[in-house]
Amino acid sequence: MRAGHRDPQLDANGELNHLLTMEGLPAEIVFHILDTAKPFVSVTEREVKKLPLLRGKSIFNLFFEPSTRTRTTFEIAAKRLSADVVNLNVGASSQSKGETLLDTVANLSAMHADMFVVRHAQSGAAHLIAGHVAPDIHVINAGDGRHAHPTQALLDLFTIRHYKGDFSRLRVAIVGDVLHSRVARSQIHALTTVGVPEVRVIAPQTLLPRYVERLGVHVYHDMASGLRDVDVVIMLRLQNERMDGALLPSAQEFYKYYGLTEEKLMVARPDAIVMHPGPMNRGVEIDSGVADGRQSVILPQVTFGIAVRMAVMSILAGH
Amino acid sequence: MESLPDPEILLERLAEALRSRLEPGFALVGVHTGGAWLAERLHRELRPAAPLGILDISFYRDDFEQIGLHPQVKPSDIPFAVEDHPIVLVDDVLYTGRTVRAAMNELFDYGRPSRIWLAVLVDRGGRELPIAADFVGATISLPPEQHVELKRNGAGELSLALNNG
Repeated sequence: MRAGHRDPQLDANGELNHLLTMEGLPAEIVFHILDTAKPFVSVTEREVKKLPLLRGKSIFNLFFEPSTRTRTTFEIAAKRLSADVVNLNVGASSQSKGETLLDTVANLSAMHADMFVVRHAQSGAAHLIAGHVAPDIHVINAGDGRHAHPTQALLDLFTIRHYKGDFSRLRVAIVGDVLHSRVARSQIHALTTVGVPEVRVIAPQTLLPRYVERLGVHVYHDMASGLRDVDVVIMLRLQNERMDGALLPSAQEFYKYYGLTEEKLMVARPDAIVMHPGPMNRGVEIDSGVADGRQSVILPQVTFGIAVRMAVMSILAGH
Repeated sequence: MESLPDPEILLERLAEALRSRLEPGFALVGVHTGGAWLAERLHRELRPAAPLGILDISFYRDDFEQIGLHPQVKPSDIPFAVEDHPIVLVDDVLYTGRTVRAAMNELFDYGRPSRIWLAVLVDRGGRELPIAADFVGATISLPPEQHVELKRNGAGELSLALNNG
């Protein structure tokens, strides 16, 4: 343990107590989550698609920002583990009445919550909550501002490992709006943690955070060189709702240079897989032919996402 | 201290008992890991029509609240239809009965078996649940602080070992 600095998501023994970010998460914890997720995949093939692990636990999905897919997959994951799930779209209730974030959480804790799954437009919201809940309550960050989306990065790792077997010889390219993307940040940390030797980002300068190369990635501004010989292509969604300045001339222009088409994909390895965290903007960052093509693993990502979230919840609940 | 029996002899005894006392048509399901080794051997010997099933009962343990998730959970694999199938559940050591309870709960999430028998290599006593084996290789009596463990070497040979604490 580093002196004077303790990772808020780990306990004094270095075990996972909250899942807040991929940054600094030890590789052995990452691999433990990936290994644990594997047996959960086959549960969906059984007669009864439920396990008794979280029976009697209450999980609150606290979504301060709209999300369908992430909230639904967390809900399904919790229900497959037999937990009781309460979905709160807080944006629509307490906050508009003036209640603070911590008051909302304190009220829900008084209803005997065991776990909070938090999505918030402000970076750091899940950290703040994790710092104020009782010791036996666990917090999972389901996306905070531009900061982190760790379960998305974990399901991406799971998907890559499923198709590629091993991380140690891979070239992975992350394409698109890295600047606004918490998914990209979490992916970069995740991929470097598990030992992917070459992580690339491909984007126009205006959609890259400053000093992004300090995260250990190689920066490319064009698809022809950036996609050359990669094993994995991760497309990011163009974050229209986060785009407040004139960062791009137009979505059409973006598609012309950075949209993933069959033609641009030709320079990648022939067995390269194409991933996208969803929701996709067809014809903006990805061509429909590629999204539905033989190299696309976009729908398996969603399926694996449930298993990975089950693994995270089980590890936290058993803590 | 009494010496532990040879698991190879016990396994032969179990195979013989299953062959003579059961109608053919049952499926074998081993509990990970020791039970799975035994079920694998019994499957080779008895050649039932149904493929071998393996259960990892980690997700069904009743001490999850106390000790958390097992660090290495393996996928369960039941490659036949459990519904209406007669099943022999195989484990290495029968002690408290809690593993068998968990294994039966998991099996029922795959379907409703027509019947379950329990076959164990060693019954060491100390039951905490009303569970008994139908087929037992050997019965030994051990104090609570001692545990008997099935081991398998690289050549696939089985042995029993005593652990203290």
